[in-house]
Amino acid sequence: MQGGGFKDYSVEVTDGMVVLDCIHKIQAEQAPDLACRWNCKAGKCGSCSAEINGKPALMCMTRMETLPPGEPVMVEPMQTFPIIRDLVTDVSWNYEVKKKIKPFKPRKPDNADGTWTVFQEDVERSQEFRKCIECFLCQDVCHVLRDHHKHDEFIGPRFLVFTAALEMNPLDTENRLADLKDRDGIGYCNITKCCTKVCPEHITITDNAIIPLKERVVDEFYDPLTMLFRVFRARS
Amino acid sequence: MSRSPISLPQVRGFLQTNRRDLWWLQPTATLLGLLAFIVYSTWGALQGTHYFLGGPSQIGSQHLLSPFYSPVIWDGAGLTSGHAWIGALPSWWPAWLLFSPALLILPFPGFFRFTCYYYRGAYYKAFWGDPTSCTVGEPSFRGENYRGEQKLPLILQNLHRYALYIAIIFIFILGWDAFASLWYTGSDGKDHFGISIGSLVLTTNVVLLGGYTFGCHCWRHLVGGRHDCLSCSKMRQNAYERVSWLNSRHMLFAWMSLFWVGFTDLYVRMCSMGIWTDWRLIG
Ligand code: SF4
Ligand code: SF4
Ligand code: FES
Ligand code: FES
Repeated sequence: MQGGGFKDYSVEVTDGMVVLDCIHKIQAEQAPDLACRWNCKAGKCGSCSAEINGKPALMCMTRMETLPPGEPVMVEPMQTFPIIRDLVTDVSWNYEVKKKIKPFKPRKPDNADGTWTVFQEDVERSQEFRKCIECFLCQDVCHVLRDHHKHDEFIGPRFLVFTAALEMNPLDTENRLADLKDRDGIGYCNITKCCTKVCPEHITITDNAIIPLKERVVDEFYDPLTMLFRVFRARS
Repeated sequence: MSRSPISLPQVRGFLQTNRRDLWWLQPTATLLGLLAFIVYSTWGALQGTHYFLGGPSQIGSQHLLSPFYSPVIWDGAGLTSGHAWIGALPSWWPAWLLFSPALLILPFPGFFRFTCYYYRGAYYKAFWGDPTSCTVGEPSFRGENYRGEQKLPLILQNLHRYALYIAIIFIFILGWDAFASLWYTGSDGKDHFGISIGSLVLTTNVVLLGGYTFGCHCWRHLVGGRHDCLSCSKMRQNAYERVSWLNSRHMLFAWMSLFWVGFTDLYVRMCSMGIWTDWRLIG
């Protein structure tokens, strides 16, 4: 597939096979140099992201029987990142983005032994976001990156989820709202929910992470009444 | 932000995709559903008549008021709905300026729905292909000029919470209308209790609109979401959990309430025109 071309392979599909099995079969029997990235084959390492019949998905979690029978299956690399070869893309941009997000900064320990006391109901929101396996399928599907190539101005849903996990953590004392508004470009998200639809961990990215962050940014920068209220409170 | 440069030409043309499922179905349904509502509600609002049943001029009928027209500030010319806050249209209203009581009201719920997070995502797709559906190509003129809600004009969507404040007032007003629909004026000139199909229609309307309004993302934020510590107040935690329940069904309530508010207007209109009869079930 290097250079943008497609190549046809035929493989015999047996019960329970997933797309990644077919790719491995092609590697074993027909194209030993076909490049693909994988690791766990259990939907947990996030390596085997690709686009199957035009939809971003994990190859190891897409069963062949869920695809239209009797039709060729189209497998492509992710479109939002530069292609290295065949199904392998260079996702290093994501790691650079992550490095720039202000890290966890916990408050002083609550207890003398240096530990904190937290309640389950307060960490539940962050816990949903911590299920992320960094497959970057949400980054791939997001049109802000995919079609508008705002890689320099928008951090993408994966890192909005990452930021939300930090921002909503009751122990964290850092403030990332100014970064979210300007550097991270949260306003570029126009709530299409495509990221939520493709997330293999079923993280409710748009409703639980992005919109709540947008609302926190509104509190800080766009809501005239809240801003006024804050000024008065600071004075008194 | 300086990051490693990524150059990826936009390869897909408008509506191009490798998807093989019925990706166009949902945006088409959204487009048709919203268009149908816009056309009907505009027509209904411009009628300026047949927006109520009962009251002093229609003895024996339940007091029904179309939600498109509620609250009635001034009644339309020559009408006495019994619901008008001020009364008849003042004489200073210029004759050349079209008046219908609904035109003073509908902009508010319109603003609320237009800035709603759910509808935003839905109409960006259905009406201006941004994108039409996930992994479907966009019109080429947008390309890297895309502004999203980061810049003007759509940055103004951030004022959605103000639309919510107004919408909450409307829920109380429509709740009052639903209560008023439990009464009719008898031939003795007094109000009597009764439940008609119309009472149920108006009550369902306020319940669905309440489900939609109180499932709003801004409301979820205001009642608790803005705090990192939910457990710090039991009331906050309870409110947050309840609103989250509604919020996870926000799309469902958005469509049910949209359909029902249109149907409620139609019901009142048809009864007022004498085409349908508002059967009384109790009373
Ligand atoms: S909801 Fe926002 S972040 Fe998610 S895919 Fe759509 S535009 Fe991108
Ligand atoms: S949020 Fe979901 S789709 Fe995005 S990188 Fe994490 S697991 Fe993958
Ligand atoms: S191989 Fe690990 S997620 Fe698919
Ligand atoms: S988000 Fe839909 S009404 Fe506020």
